[in-house]
Amino acid sequence: MDQGLRKHDMKIAAFTIDGNGTFAQDVPAFAAALAAAEADIILVPGTSRARRSLPAAALRAGAAIDTNVVAVAIDGEKATVQRWAYRQRILTTFSRAARPWVIVTDPALFPEICAKLGVAPAPIPPGPSAETRTTVNGVVAAGTGGESTIKPDSPLLFVAGAGWTKKQADGATHLDEAAATITGFLAKSGASLGSSKSLVDMPEAAKAFSFMSHMNQVGQTGATPRHAKGLSTCCHGEEPHVVGWRFVNDRRAVNLDANCGWAQGKADVLYVADAFAVMKKVNELLA
Amino acid sequence: MAKPLNIIVCGSLVPDPLQTLEPVQTPQGPGLKNEQMLPSVLDPWAACALYEAANLAKQRAGSKVTLVALGPKAKLQQLMMTVAQKAPFQLVAVNAPAGGFTDARETAAELAKAIQAIPGLDLSATLLFGGCASASRDAGVTLQFVAETLGISEFFMGVDELKLADDDSFTVLERIEGGQYLSSTCAGFPAAIGWATGNLPEPPNNPQTGMMNMRGIMPALMKAPVANVGVGGIAYEKTEVPSAKRATVVKKDMAVDDIAKEIVEWIKG
Repeated sequence: MDQGLRKHDMKIAAFTIDGNGTFAQDVPAFAAALAAAEADIILVPGTSRARRSLPAAALRAGAAIDTNVVAVAIDGEKATVQRWAYRQRILTTFSRAARPWVIVTDPALFPEICAKLGVAPAPIPPGPSAETRTTVNGVVAAGTGGESTIKPDSPLLFVAGAGWTKKQADGATHLDEAAATITGFLAKSGASLGSSKSLVDMPEAAKAFSFMSHMNQVGQTGATPRHAKGLSTCCHGEEPHVVGWRFVNDRRAVNLDANCGWAQGKADVLYVADAFAVMKKVNELLA
Repeated sequence: MAKPLNIIVCGSLVPDPLQTLEPVQTPQGPGLKNEQMLPSVLDPWAACALYEAANLAKQRAGSKVTLVALGPKAKLQQLMMTVAQKAPFQLVAVNAPAGGFTDARETAAELAKAIQAIPGLDLSATLLFGGCASASRDAGVTLQFVAETLGISEFFMGVDELKLADDDSFTVLERIEGGQYLSSTCAGFPAAIGWATGNLPEPPNNPQTGMMNMRGIMPALMKAPVANVGVGGIAYEKTEVPSAKRATVVKKDMAVDDIAKEIVEWIKG
């Protein structure tokens, strides 16, 4: 889609929604802000707080809403957006006649979309106070390993698959060694840790890989992160996992199976090798 | 003593994630090629919500789980053959199109209507569950629309853990940015929870549970009301599967040292 702005008479507003809040308090505040904006199009980045409360606020304010938008084009009276359906499998392009129209963009693309449309975003105004039965206790890290292994700003995604828990050539599993190799690589490379569903679902992995949780899961029921590069290890590259790699452009994989999913046009390079040995050597070289 | 729980789970079917999806144009708008023939599964995040609901219900005697599913009746019946074996629940079915191109607002309105029509429902003592997003539309808005329509003012999105106290207060962990959780405590019901994956494994099939469930599921499917759910105000211009096929270079028989060196150069490059 030719994203951008042509001559138009539309009023476009853009709000940022950061921090934490509760649904009961945010919905009336956001609804009031949407109404007060008196805009045809309202752009908002899809932060966790926005995704929680903005849909109900839009409904209350009588606005249409679409989320996970990756491109916006405005031409005259017409606004067109692109978003993925079926978990990054089908790209849809559509417009709506309804106004106001709240367009919730992928957070990583929000600054770019606003810049192309020539809109300067402002923090969403605070609304009237509302009663809530919810108390926010605070932010806690996922997993029990201390520092978060999820780093959205890292240029590199490192995915660990279930193969790290399998029996090795000596007939035994080496979970501690696997954990040390993975955390060693994360520390040296600054990569963000991703995982396949099969690994985070394993009880033995939950115990040995305490630095990892379901939050690390990439794919159909996990995240779709945006990193420039991705390195997959001990993972078969099945379709439900690989749909989470949609926005990772430069992909390499290390796997013992030369016919795994990564070899079927899903990675740029597949190294048919033992990831234990390869990553240990990589760690040595990065030291 | 803690009261029995009443948990309503919203969840429907999506194409099996292993299937190849090809968009086609139909008189009703965009659809999938051979959509009626595609094998379906219970929407993965809604399935997590159902398993979490069943787990909570098990902890309080007399608790009830109701699955409210909107989808084509014939496909729902097929789906229930497997889902019914996973956990005890009652079904409320709405016979309507379900998919990635239908409008979330129309879907939510029909779900809210079906929930309000549940006989003897005390909404003030109810937990409303669902997935944080579907694997079809993937919008993450439907449950908020349903909660807003039903007047439920407490909602939590992307929940992985819910700890319930005897006084019905509960603490949830919601996924937020940067691989972190927001911990919140809610003083009681009603509340709506959009589940992420949670922490429970998929329950094994239990044929006895399946047979018990099917006694209620078949009549529920028979009397499923037909609803008009379509693309709403969306004017689709294009639905496409962009080419994602790469020319993979498979490197066999390379020495470990050489692979490691190449990977390090690639990372640093």
